[in-house]
Amino acid sequence: MNSPYLRRRITNALAMLLSTLATLVGLAFLAWILWETLRRGISALDLKLFTKITAYGEDGGLANAMVGSLIINFIGIAIATPIGVLAGTWLAEYANRTKLGESIRFLNDILLSAPSIVMGLFVYTIIVLPSTALTHGSTSFSGFAGGVALALIALPVIVRTTDEMLRLVPSTLREAALSLGVPQWKLTLQILIRAARSGIITGVLLALARISGETAPLLFTAFGNNYMAINPIEKMSSLPQIIYQYANDPGDAMHALAWAGAFVITMFVLLLSLGSRLILSRTKVSHD
Amino acid sequence: MPVVDIAPSILEQRSRRDARHERLFRWLLKGCALIVLAALLGAAGATLWGGRDAFATFGWHFLVSSEWDPGNDVYGALVPVYGTIVTSLIALLIAVPISFGIALYLSEVAPAWLRTPVASAIELLAGIPSIIYGMWGLFIFAPFFADHIKPWLTSNLGNKPDDGKLSWVAQHVPFVGKLFGSDYPFGASILVAGIVLAIMVIPFISSVMREVFQTVPTRLKESAYALGSSTWEVSWDIVLPYTRSAVIGGIFLGLGRALGETMAVTFVLGNAMHLSASLLDPGTSIASTIANQFSEASGLQKSALMALAFLLFVVTFIVLLIARLMLRRLASKEGR
Repeated sequence: MNSPYLRRRITNALAMLLSTLATLVGLAFLAWILWETLRRGISALDLKLFTKITAYGEDGGLANAMVGSLIINFIGIAIATPIGVLAGTWLAEYANRTKLGESIRFLNDILLSAPSIVMGLFVYTIIVLPSTALTHGSTSFSGFAGGVALALIALPVIVRTTDEMLRLVPSTLREAALSLGVPQWKLTLQILIRAARSGIITGVLLALARISGETAPLLFTAFGNNYMAINPIEKMSSLPQIIYQYANDPGDAMHALAWAGAFVITMFVLLLSLGSRLILSRTKVSHD
Repeated sequence: MPVVDIAPSILEQRSRRDARHERLFRWLLKGCALIVLAALLGAAGATLWGGRDAFATFGWHFLVSSEWDPGNDVYGALVPVYGTIVTSLIALLIAVPISFGIALYLSEVAPAWLRTPVASAIELLAGIPSIIYGMWGLFIFAPFFADHIKPWLTSNLGNKPDDGKLSWVAQHVPFVGKLFGSDYPFGASILVAGIVLAIMVIPFISSVMREVFQTVPTRLKESAYALGSSTWEVSWDIVLPYTRSAVIGGIFLGLGRALGETMAVTFVLGNAMHLSASLLDPGTSIASTIANQFSEASGLQKSALMALAFLLFVVTFIVLLIARLMLRRLASKEGR
């Protein structure tokens, strides 16, 4: 065997080895992070997490934070879903290949990875500051403001999936409906969105998974509240915000509570993304 | 047979109604789409407006001053800007080769039955909320780093080793001694923040790379194989040049993520407002400065934090713009 040939084989073997190693490194970190979250989270699980509020500190639970998270996420999704679906529909059905449509599709992709803390400050400026000024300081931070901040983060995810899913709908469906004289708005609402329904739902679930772990945009909008708050115009705590607060606390009992919260969020997010992937893979099969 | 007679006026009425609904529907959809535009412009505008006092008071000095002194109301952006850029660069230095390895493994090396499960597992990493990375970094990785990795780095590479004996590297290679010299005892540092960020952006970069590697026409690869190329040569000389712009786009996408990341970094940076050449010293970043200080700030400090947010938003916007333009270039090549 001559030497350049040998050298090429060795280079090749080395590259293959390194790429396998890189994959193992990635998987190892995934396993490490999940393992620690599971181990420390499960050992801190306790019924009081769900029954007591954070006002009791070490002896308390996370009930108000969980309720707060549910309410804020619900507001976020309730705002982002209709706007996102309609905007995505516009991109796919009305503005496909127009200049404005292309630019908005492009900017939506940028919004998808824009820093979430800046979105928090934006909502602080447009909702928290005016509401403080209008009510002379009696309301300022609110669960509603937190929901709007999360809606801004969920919006681009929903727009993008709706857009992509509608463009997957075969154009024969559109042609068939149009040839029967169906107006385009009826075609869009009653046929196309229905055909792309499962894909759009997946997008909403993915958006929910994305926002339920978000912390930074909530710090200056929903702020936090050690007592149970149901009314969205009050300050509201959320799981990520409590985790942030407790992890920075010196006490070990607080750390255990933070791990329990981290475990709850991680499970929720992983189940959501697994579930949405299942929906997606099932529909893909049924289309074939 | 009786002929159904529809008065032309009814038909006309109906088509007019349809046209009206159509117009309304169109405007509604367009309005929703414009909200995306409004969100971007609004975020830039709100932070610029909030930071106007800081920009007006300090002018260009704001960008180059490393002073951050709430006591005397003097603020400069240099320390957080430095921390943001250095942690993101470290993250890319680690994440790019590993992501390339993963993409290569998933598209060329792994047996077919293993590809989908491994790819989904890597993508799970992208789904883990950033605050979980932060907690893992703070409670597990930073102490591990301080116990097992940092001592080795300081004694073998740094200019401040525990036993006072400078290593060969610290004596002979410029800068390295400064980068790894530290007498600060904890793990939280710029390097740890960079590593945690790297783990966070690996799934983003590797999934873009994997996707674009799959767009390379099979006949190109087969031709190279037929001429006797090895898998590595096909990847390096055929696949990578073909997908170059999209790969760079993917890397910039990861950079955009790393620059704007808040929670994961805030936990492991150590929150120190001073400039240090050492990667093992604590530091701060734009996002973590805002997260730590904004709720207690008022007046000029609040304005300075808003100004920081504006800088961050503009820089990430530009980085992401480049990323999307590069990614699009491959897409247009595909369409041709």
